[in-house]
Amino acid sequence: MSLLSRPVRAALIAGSMSLALVATGCGSSDPKAPAADGGDSASAECAPFAQFGKHEGKKVSIYSPIRDKEADLFQETWAPFEKCTGMKITYEGTGEFEAQIQVRTDGGNPPDLAFFPQPGLLERFAKAGKLKPAPAEVKKLTEQNWSADWAKYGTVDGTFYAAPLGASVKSFVWYSPKMFAEKGWTVPTTWDELMTLSNTIAGTGVKPWCAGIESGEATGWPATDWIEDILLRELGPEEYDNWVAHKLPFNDPKVVAAVDKVGSILKNDKFVNGGYGPVKSISSTAFQEGGVPITEGKCALHRQASFYANFWPEGTKVAEDGDVFAFYLPGNDPSKKPVLGAGEFVGAFADRPEVQAVQAYLATGDYANARMKLGTYVSANKGVDIANAQNPIDKLSIEMLQDPNTIFRFDGSDLMPAAVGAGTFWKGMTDWINGKDTKTVLDYIEASWPKS
Amino acid sequence: MNLDFDFAAEQPKLVQLLLGVVAFCAVVALLLLLLDRAPMRQRARLHATILLAPALILLAIGLIVPAVRTTLLSFMNGDGSRWVGLDNYLWMFTQPEAVTVLRNTLVWVALVPILVTSVGLLYAVVVDRTRFESIAKSLVFLPMAISFVGAGIIWKFVYAYRPEGSDQIGLLNQIVVALGGTPQQWLLEPPLNTLFLIVVMVWIQAGFATVVLSAAIKGIPAEIVEAARLDGASPVQMFFQVTLPCIRSAVVVVLVTQSIGTLKLFDIVRTMTGGQFDTSVIANEMYNQAFRYGETGKGAALAVFLFVLVTPIVVYQIRQRREAAR
Repeated sequence: MSLLSRPVRAALIAGSMSLALVATGCGSSDPKAPAADGGDSASAECAPFAQFGKHEGKKVSIYSPIRDKEADLFQETWAPFEKCTGMKITYEGTGEFEAQIQVRTDGGNPPDLAFFPQPGLLERFAKAGKLKPAPAEVKKLTEQNWSADWAKYGTVDGTFYAAPLGASVKSFVWYSPKMFAEKGWTVPTTWDELMTLSNTIAGTGVKPWCAGIESGEATGWPATDWIEDILLRELGPEEYDNWVAHKLPFNDPKVVAAVDKVGSILKNDKFVNGGYGPVKSISSTAFQEGGVPITEGKCALHRQASFYANFWPEGTKVAEDGDVFAFYLPGNDPSKKPVLGAGEFVGAFADRPEVQAVQAYLATGDYANARMKLGTYVSANKGVDIANAQNPIDKLSIEMLQDPNTIFRFDGSDLMPAAVGAGTFWKGMTDWINGKDTKTVLDYIEASWPKS
Repeated sequence: MNLDFDFAAEQPKLVQLLLGVVAFCAVVALLLLLLDRAPMRQRARLHATILLAPALILLAIGLIVPAVRTTLLSFMNGDGSRWVGLDNYLWMFTQPEAVTVLRNTLVWVALVPILVTSVGLLYAVVVDRTRFESIAKSLVFLPMAISFVGAGIIWKFVYAYRPEGSDQIGLLNQIVVALGGTPQQWLLEPPLNTLFLIVVMVWIQAGFATVVLSAAIKGIPAEIVEAARLDGASPVQMFFQVTLPCIRSAVVVVLVTQSIGTLKLFDIVRTMTGGQFDTSVIANEMYNQAFRYGETGKGAALAVFLFVLVTPIVVYQIRQRREAAR
């Protein structure tokens, strides 16, 4: 007995055959005929892109943690580049970059390029042999456009892999210029002045500092930034590098002292948490809302990166004479200017010519300037024209990055092994805010450092 | 937001979809054709082989191979490049933070199935044969329609904290304030925070228990109930001597499914606390280790341990089924 009657079976087979025909028909015909716009007007427009060659019909995929509006601006920036070189860049932003890039690479489906926000993650992929070294052209552009501090973060075991892209400055304290003017407070230039100011503000009945470290599974990271900023000032850049590389133990007495220094603000009920309540409210306040009480006059100071400019309530003017602005988080010595920051690096999983052309383009000053003209953006690229900065805080950031006296160091938690930098360090600092003592927390983080 | 579906832009995906459907039809057609051509004598055996083969192959690719690989990985280091013996398992049972994870999972597995079953059973008995039974059952079943992540977000708002004196946006703190208390940060204080997370799971799953157990109660033969009534059984006696023994197998089903579901629990913890404040459970930690920290070995060890924990429950359930079938 057959499972199906003969006519039914015939129909089924015929049906699937015709489906197959339709499918192949659709697949083979490419409705998008290449636009033949090689006219005179286009050639002038395309002149700056001539050096990147022609890659007609080629495709390059980019995977990145940057999404939404900023992602649209990226695509808008490189649209002329795409048009002139004839290639198509497919951009995919994700909220789960750290986990998904691993999954895609393990699954044999890596993107051509990825924007790594953590040099530590980049290093992991480079060491696993997944990344392609950067071509000579990109290396040359990087040496020309970025400081050695920056180039170092794209280099693994002496091989240069990735050019920097965007940047953000983390060593900022947000405040309200209006409030400061009204009360007669001035922007402090040393740590001691900052503490005096905090006490003065506390004396007026307002808790001077506010903070929020809740960020879903990344809860705790704003507190680690605090620690890194102070460590960089207390230990100096060389010891900071040693600490990041785990040559200086995490529970070293010097580190304990620096963390306690942060604790004199973040774990001091007299100083925090303006507008939100006791110290513990820091760990349940979303980092996006951490500084908002400044606009309500319930808090005066909030340490957060330059990108916090995007999180103020609608209608808040971010400017030196506006509702909110930022000053450099001072250290003990006003003549030295260590700056903590972060940024993305363009790592390549493929070395096809069109992929390398995109890498080279993204490393140019032209790209950074074009991107800046479209909206808020900061790059440590030396080719950046400060006049293109779209707002005062971007301008201030770029000034700091281009200042030759600036000692730039990357956010340490992004450089450490993920188990610490995106795990126990975040978790430990959350526990610390929640009441555990400094030594216990640092011992716990030290013990969690991967051994191998 | 742009909700237009652009067919031209989505064309590659549609083509892929179409290809998938075509391939499926082609394979099925081919199989049927083969079966049809087979000689009469071996047909029964051949039918079994050919029809089972795709399922077995997929099972091997999707289940057996990964299981073996995970087990092997659990004896290797973070990036799977070196054998480390039992180090990952040692870490799991000795490091305080890993032990906390195991302890939390134990609390979940001990509490959730019992709470879900008791709440569901109580509810089913109370609303049984009342006028508003169907409405009452639909109400308690509604949360089942909400995903774990959705429920997590809803309850995060319920537990939300705002400082004393400002407007509370969280229901629980609003109630506390209305009663004259001070607002609490519910999700921050271990060990109580784990209990607050467990409430969410019970809220979602109680409806499932109610529906299954209610159906079982309705299946109790009327003669038994009547005989017990004539013998003068009190409502409490009725429940413990008649109802409960009669629906035992349904209770076991609920307990077992809940135990397995709870062991695998991930979404609620990840959405509500991200495993912070000592609330992490095995599945959450497994994800963190394997995918966020790149510690594949530790992640795999946790996965293997989870598998070992689930196995006896599954075996028990299969035994139960067999007995019931007999």
